[in-house]
Parts: sequence; structure tokens; C-alpha cells
Amino acid sequence: MGRRVAIVGTGHSKFGVRNDVNIAELAYEAISKAISSAGIEKKEIDLVVTGYVGGWSSEGLAPVVVMEYAGLTGKPGYRIEAACATGSAAIKTAHDAIASGEADIALVVGVEKMNESPTPTVVEFIGRAGNYFWEFENFGLTFPGYYALYATAYMGKYGATEEDLCRVAVKNHYYASMNPKAQFPRAITLEQCMKSRYIAWPLKLFDCSPITDGAAAVVLASEEVAQKLTDSPVWIESIGVSVGTSNLSKRDQFTSLNAATLAAKMAYKKAGIDPENPAKYLDVAEVHDCFTIAEILAYEDLGFAKRREGYKLIREEQTYIGGLIPVNLSGGLKAKGHPLAATGISMAVELTNQLLGKVEKGRQADIKNGRALAHNIGGTGHYAYVTIYSLSKPRA
Amino acid sequence: MTRSLPVWWRRRIPRYRLIGARCKECGKIHYPPRTSCPYCGSNSLEEVQLPRRGILESYSVIYSVPGDNRLNAPIIVGLVNINGVRIVAELTDVLPGELSTGLEVEAVVRKISETSDTGIITYGVKFRPVLGAGSGAGQDTGEA
Repeated sequence: MGRRVAIVGTGHSKFGVRNDVNIAELAYEAISKAISSAGIEKKEIDLVVTGYVGGWSSEGLAPVVVMEYAGLTGKPGYRIEAACATGSAAIKTAHDAIASGEADIALVVGVEKMNESPTPTVVEFIGRAGNYFWEFENFGLTFPGYYALYATAYMGKYGATEEDLCRVAVKNHYYASMNPKAQFPRAITLEQCMKSRYIAWPLKLFDCSPITDGAAAVVLASEEVAQKLTDSPVWIESIGVSVGTSNLSKRDQFTSLNAATLAAKMAYKKAGIDPENPAKYLDVAEVHDCFTIAEILAYEDLGFAKRREGYKLIREEQTYIGGLIPVNLSGGLKAKGHPLAATGISMAVELTNQLLGKVEKGRQADIKNGRALAHNIGGTGHYAYVTIYSLSKPRA
Repeated sequence: MTRSLPVWWRRRIPRYRLIGARCKECGKIHYPPRTSCPYCGSNSLEEVQLPRRGILESYSVIYSVPGDNRLNAPIIVGLVNINGVRIVAELTDVLPGELSTGLEVEAVVRKISETSDTGIITYGVKFRPVLGAGSGAGQDTGEA
């Protein structure tokens, strides 16, 4: 199983359209805070893992640019990519290096400058995310289109409505309004969402996460080092990972993401969480709401709701603070923003702060169990990472 | 993006015809066609012509369309189930309001796109609702 690993430092840039900085400066906003909050010197870092999808940015080999600017040249380092789950994949990679004994302190950073290309180029690039020829080139499917196929199938089978989808957006914008790091720190009404234009029916503009520039970073440490650095480490209790089919047409059904279901199962098993009632073991979750339907699918795939009943959770406001389990108190991808490679690390930063009781008033969850969950999806369930963070030292 | 010619050459047949591959060992049919079976590991597969008719399992009307297809927006994309083999493809000859899941559709060859710089037209497979009171999905084995 390897050595225990904890988060000992976090950093997070402002998300949004960040034309004021280049990619290295943006990454350093997160890196510098992560290093200073960990209370370490740069020379103590054994490994630098950079999550970066790129494609829309001018920098092709971002990690070397980021490391040079941060004064980390000379250290071991590489780039990790798992589509929109890149951040979680980067954390997993650094986690494994520490767990194996190869490193004691690792810096993980995810950065993206998606606004360096015009919107149609970004839409085209993401549209290639699945199976390029068999979906995008010949058949015109866009990324919102992938999730729209799930939304149509889900709504048709279970009776969820477009209002239910918009309720997810309303909740996430509400919490983003209290998060100064969010791209859209403002509340919206159900009517505003319902009246927004269609991007890929039944998904409307307000059902979709935005194109975002941003960076997030964490410092991971081995048990021995973590306990010297801080009396409040946040442990990585378990990580479940699964890869789904590239081509959507190879999937068995379109009302859940199989990879997410499998990843959750693995993460729950390792952490000793009852998969029938995981909400009982957790205080808060960040889930991958790249589109509103994705958050509803996540409720079911993670076992927060029974199959066919995910939409009822948001309809009954059970994922607000005070409900069954608060979800996306950061504003989620939907309103906080979704700089692909930074997203999974942003979830780790948010959940660390949630568990330590350090987030803004009004969006702080009640911490009773000392456990939080991150659900980070790459593509349309092409990659799924479910990570459990805990205040208590995990079982060996 | 400019690509080398063999990339286009390899796609010349699947572009216009619903050709799948059947595994001679386990019988599974794959679309797109492939030369090895991921289920049983066999390398013994044969090309098969898929039936033209299938059932619409899900669909979306895409308003925000990138690339050379932008002029054709909105486009309707469907997930079509042909006897258990699924294909994601554009739908044609139909208005969004006329669609519903479970609809019987059939494959036709239609214009897919036209490059904005040279006007070169690409054709390919789309699906349309079966004309008239269609029945017997998958019975018609005519070529698309």
C-alpha cells in the first residue's frame, strides 16, 4: 500500500479571463502560495508534477516554462495529462511517488490559459476530446453535444426536466457568489438560466462551464515530513481511478458514467466507506459539473442518490449546506470556472480548506466526519478520479 | 489541421458506408470496424455491412458548431442503436420538434461539410426518420 501522503500546503489563483499574466506567472500565483503555506524551502522539493492539457496556449512545453519561472529548474519533473481530470491525475502521480518512497515532498501544479485561443478554436479542440474521426470530424459532435446526449437519455428515461438542470447552476452560482477566486462570483435565478440560449439542446448557456484561465497547486508530503511541518495535515485517504471508452458509441448506457461508478467503488473500498450510504461518512464533496447534467449523474454514480433519483436531490435542495451532502460549495466548474488541468487540484485546495474550516463565511460546510470527496472526470467519463481527503490518518 | 494523405485514404470507405467488423470467434460486431477483437482477443474478423435501420436512443440539437460546419448550424446529432451496435451520427430531413427517443431511423448519404477555403464538399452517412410507417428495424440490409 505504501507510505501515507498528506497535503501540507495549498495555493489557488483567481480564475477567469487572465490576460494580465502569462502562463508561468499564472502558475506561480498558485505555486508561491502553496510553498509558503507549507512552510518549506524550494530546495526541499523532491519532485514537481505539472498538469497541463494545453493546445490552446502559446506554450507547448509548459512545465519547463513554469518550473524555470518558479525557480525550480534542475529538479525532477514532468507533465501529466488526463483531459479534464488532469489535476487529479497529477495529484495521483505525485502521491504514488511519495507513497513508494521515491520522494518526500512533491509540488503539484495545474495550469491552463484557455483564453489564448478564440472560442471556436477552443470548442473545436475540446470537441476532439472523444474519438476524433468517429465523432467530431465526420459527425459534428461538440463537447456540450456529448453531455447533451446523456441529458436527453437521462431526462427521457427518468423524468428530470430542464428546470432540474438549471437548479444545479443556480446552486453553484449561489456558492460562487461567496468565493472571490471564482470566475463568476455572482448568483443567478432559475429564470435567467431557463431563458439562456441553447448551446446543445437540452443544454443551455447557463448549463455549461466556461472557458477559464487559472492555476492551482498543492504541496504533498510523506507522513514523517508532514507531521514535522504541520499539526493539521489533510490526508489523501484513497484514490479510485477508471478509464471509460473513447468512443461514446461503445458505452452500454447513457444515464450514468461507468468509469465514475467504478472509480467511486475503488475509492470507497480503500477508505472503508459503505458504498450504499457514502454521504454518512462525508462532510462535503466537489463534483465535476462541467455541465449541469454531469452533477446529477455524479450524485448517482457516487451513491449520494439511488439510480434514477439524482435529480430529486437538487430539486429537494439536499446538496446545499444543511442537506444530505453539500456539493460544490466552491461554485463548481460551472461558476468557479474550469481551467482543465487546474480543476482537480482546485478541488483538493477547496476540500483541504473546507476540512480545516478555512473557507469564506456562508459557504463553509459543517465538518463532523472530517472527510471530503473529489469527483473529477476527464472528457465524458473518459477518465474518472474519485479522491477521498481526510483529517484522520488513514488506515495503513 | 493539415494531415498527410494516408490519413484520408484509410477513411475513404467507412466515410460513406456502414461497414462494421464481425469477430469470427465470439460473434461481436464492432463499429467502427477493427482488426482485433477487444473482448476475446481474436485477430480473425470479417467486414460486415450493417443494417441501414436503427432506433434513436438519444439526440441533441447543436447550436454552437465549430469549424467548417458552422454554416450548417444548428445540426442535429443522434445516438443510433442498430441491433446493439451504436453509432453517433448527424440526423437529417427532420426538424428538432419531430424527434423523440425510440424513433426508427435509417442511414442515407448526405453532404457533411464544405471547406471554407476551397469549397471541397465532404459526403458521409447521416440518419433520417424512416419514411412512412416503418417497421422491422434491422431487416433492411441494403447498403447505405
